[in-house]
Amino acid sequence: MKNLWLFFIAILMAYPTYAQNIEICNTCAISTLKKAISTAKDFDTILIKKGTYKEYNIVVDKPLTIIGKNYPVIDGELKGEIITVTADNVTIDGLFIINVGTSYTEDYAAIRVKRSKNFVIQNLVLEKLFFGIYLEKSRDGKVLHNKIIGDAIEEYNSGNGIQLWYSHNIEIEHNFVQHVRDGIYLEFSDDCLIKNNVSTENLRYGLHFMFSNNDIYQDNTFEKNGAGVAVMFSKKIKMLDNIFKENWGTASYGMLLKEINDAEITGNTFEENTIGINIEGSNRIVYKNNNFINNGWAIKVRGACYTNSFIENNFLYNSFDISYNSKVNDNVFDKNYWTSYTGYDLDKDGIGDVPYRPVKLFSYIVNRTPETIILLRSLFIDIIDFSEKVSPVFTPDNLLDNNPLIKKATW
Amino acid sequence: MVSIENLHKKFNKNSVLSGVNLNITEGGIVTILGPNGSGKTTLVKSILGMVIPNKGSISVLGENIKNNSGYRHKIDYLPQIANFPNNLKVKELIKMIKDLRGDTNEDRHLIELFTLEPFLDKKLGTLSGGTKQKVNLVLTFMFDSPLIIMDEPTTGLDPISLIRLKDLIQKEKAKGKTILITSHIMSFVEEVSDEIVFLLEGQIHFRGSISKLKNKTKQPDFEHAIASILTENYA
Amino acid sequence: MLKILKYSFFDLMRSRWSYVYFAFYLLLSIVLLFLNNDLSKAVITLMNVIIVLVPLIGTIFGVMYYYNSKEFTELLLAQPLKRSSIFLGQYLGVAISLSMSLILGLGIPFIFYGLFKSNAIWDFSLLLITGTFLTLIFTALAFNIALINENKIKGFGYAILLWLFLAIIYDGLFLMSLILFEDYPLDKLSLVGTMLNPIDLSRTLILLKLDISALLGYTGAVFKKFFGTGFGLTISFIMLTIWVILPVLLIVIKSKKKDF
Repeated sequence: MKNLWLFFIAILMAYPTYAQNIEICNTCAISTLKKAISTAKDFDTILIKKGTYKEYNIVVDKPLTIIGKNYPVIDGELKGEIITVTADNVTIDGLFIINVGTSYTEDYAAIRVKRSKNFVIQNLVLEKLFFGIYLEKSRDGKVLHNKIIGDAIEEYNSGNGIQLWYSHNIEIEHNFVQHVRDGIYLEFSDDCLIKNNVSTENLRYGLHFMFSNNDIYQDNTFEKNGAGVAVMFSKKIKMLDNIFKENWGTASYGMLLKEINDAEITGNTFEENTIGINIEGSNRIVYKNNNFINNGWAIKVRGACYTNSFIENNFLYNSFDISYNSKVNDNVFDKNYWTSYTGYDLDKDGIGDVPYRPVKLFSYIVNRTPETIILLRSLFIDIIDFSEKVSPVFTPDNLLDNNPLIKKATW
Repeated sequence: MVSIENLHKKFNKNSVLSGVNLNITEGGIVTILGPNGSGKTTLVKSILGMVIPNKGSISVLGENIKNNSGYRHKIDYLPQIANFPNNLKVKELIKMIKDLRGDTNEDRHLIELFTLEPFLDKKLGTLSGGTKQKVNLVLTFMFDSPLIIMDEPTTGLDPISLIRLKDLIQKEKAKGKTILITSHIMSFVEEVSDEIVFLLEGQIHFRGSISKLKNKTKQPDFEHAIASILTENYA
Repeated sequence: MLKILKYSFFDLMRSRWSYVYFAFYLLLSIVLLFLNNDLSKAVITLMNVIIVLVPLIGTIFGVMYYYNSKEFTELLLAQPLKRSSIFLGQYLGVAISLSMSLILGLGIPFIFYGLFKSNAIWDFSLLLITGTFLTLIFTALAFNIALINENKIKGFGYAILLWLFLAIIYDGLFLMSLILFEDYPLDKLSLVGTMLNPIDLSRTLILLKLDISALLGYTGAVFKKFFGTGFGLTISFIMLTIWVILPVLLIVIKSKKKDF
């Protein structure tokens, strides 16, 4: 009865103005987000004051702006999904959301946007989560400046930081994702921009594309992830100026390309990864102006890759520059700088007078018997590499950089 | 002074010393004689510890020499062939040996005696055999040790130096030192020796004074006495 | 021993071979720096060269010194000195003068090129440490060869054979056995195989520094422990030390039994 009274008063107070503010706090008349939402009218703003709100299954079904002041805590108490957005034009800003429920049958998220448009999700801090921000069949939204820190240990019972599913034209910028399964995951999502994010120490991939086309990711940093970035079964992706660093491990790489066509890979830095880029069944990709520094394998080509071109990249101090597992080559290497190039430039035009052969025989041997890696840099290996260089038997004999640069390529 | 018991030494399968027993008392000059290959140098080197015996024991001044190097402080050794590091100067060599064995002033007097001053700044590699032997003598006599061992000391010496060497030997003997010499030069041996040890086929065939040898072989002079031992054995 | 060391050392410092060796390293590093224009790249090239050349020079020089200083040795043997100190002194004299030529010959050009301001300094120090270890090991092995063989020609022959075996043939056999037994788990075998050859051992130290990304691509747990932690570095250094101690002990034992 008392509650009803309060409710009534609240409605009375809210009534006169259009698009008004609703404040909630632990001691206020409205002390839960759920209640505030049900009270609010379209285009209202809900202000959440500092405090802890133990709520879950909050459904935002009206176009509202929900703003947290000084990071109020929404604690889901591990009971399930916390906020679900089902209306268009929703903004959620400045919340600290923790304790998302874990389930093997349902992908509970801290925030799920479902079949909505024009949403903004920003300045959130998510911890103890299963899935972080889950966009489902939504479009034209923004996910900005969020910090997602998971504590994933096993792949099978952990979720992704930011997940897009059939969502188009989304901007994902300045997010920080750590310790989840996939940092950012796009499935069937086109025309998205992923920019200036940092995705580190995730169990599986820092960034993961599946069946998503025409996306751009740019200026992101992917560091120490289980396996770097995976781009699979997608078309026309632009990958620009990203940093892929220290992705170490057996099946680990800076970037994995699988069935990718017509992509553009420019200005990226791959540093100290076990494999810089692992390529499988990918065609018509242009690799330009990338730096490959101190990787185990700068590029590992696993077959069925046609008409790719590698132009003006720097290959610096990699244990192996390029590794092929077949004798066929249909890719072009031109004007790259290779630190292991030992030729000369007598006419001083900045281009080595002898072509460079980036695939070594030893990389074949290591592919076959991985333990032989321990013989890397042995004189014996140098000798057999040299003889292979002189007369290629196992490596594609047309795989040459005919214009190896003498000095590092700059752009 | 030196006592050797049942000394055996083989080089590969070639037996050089087979059961040598020798006891040298203090004072006097003992010469070791024998045909080529009879084991003279091996015996001397065994005493110095340069050759490791297969069997038997050696003690010098009461000390067993096995795994011991300190006793060599009491020995002055003159090696057979004067081989020195070639790019060392004479002066430096003398200084180095003094550094290793202890300081002495005897060297100045000896250098004078053998007129080595002009050679002090020359490298050892450039010296003649005789001059090298003189340097060798300086290095040996500059220390005052109770036992002196000389392996073919007369090699390459000119007559004047030889006389000086003999004088030197007598002087040392007069000091009561024990001197052990191996030599091929019979006149030299006859002149200096108090006692001779004759080695044959790795064993001591005769030991005693020269007159005793002469008596035993019934030969009037020393050279013939030696020759008769050899013919007796090889005839 | 210190006195012998001193005389051997100064004797060597005066011989022209030390200068040749020093000049060689000086030239090598100057040429590399000149050609590469890049400190880190020059260091990497040097590493490849050093692990092969230092053992060669160490063995040849060690054998040569032993035979050339025979007279000196004999002179010393008649002095009241322990045999072990004579030979250890000579050995250290050679090993230290070689190491100094190496360190100075490589160090001076790199310092002028701005090593201290570069982050290649750790790689470079590792290079010098490894080079010094290899010098110590191979000079000791050379002394052993020379002690066993009176014949100079034979001694040189064995020395070169030893180098050839450890630098090239060993790895060839190693590679073949790895490929032959590829169906079995090989990570332990390959690590043991590496430990048994000082050149390979030094190479792994360099791999740990330069190729860690590639090494971590391999699955074996032992491998991972070895290369993924400080374990590999520690074990390698311990093994290198053992590789120095063993031949040096052998010099002492051999020299005690030898006749001169």
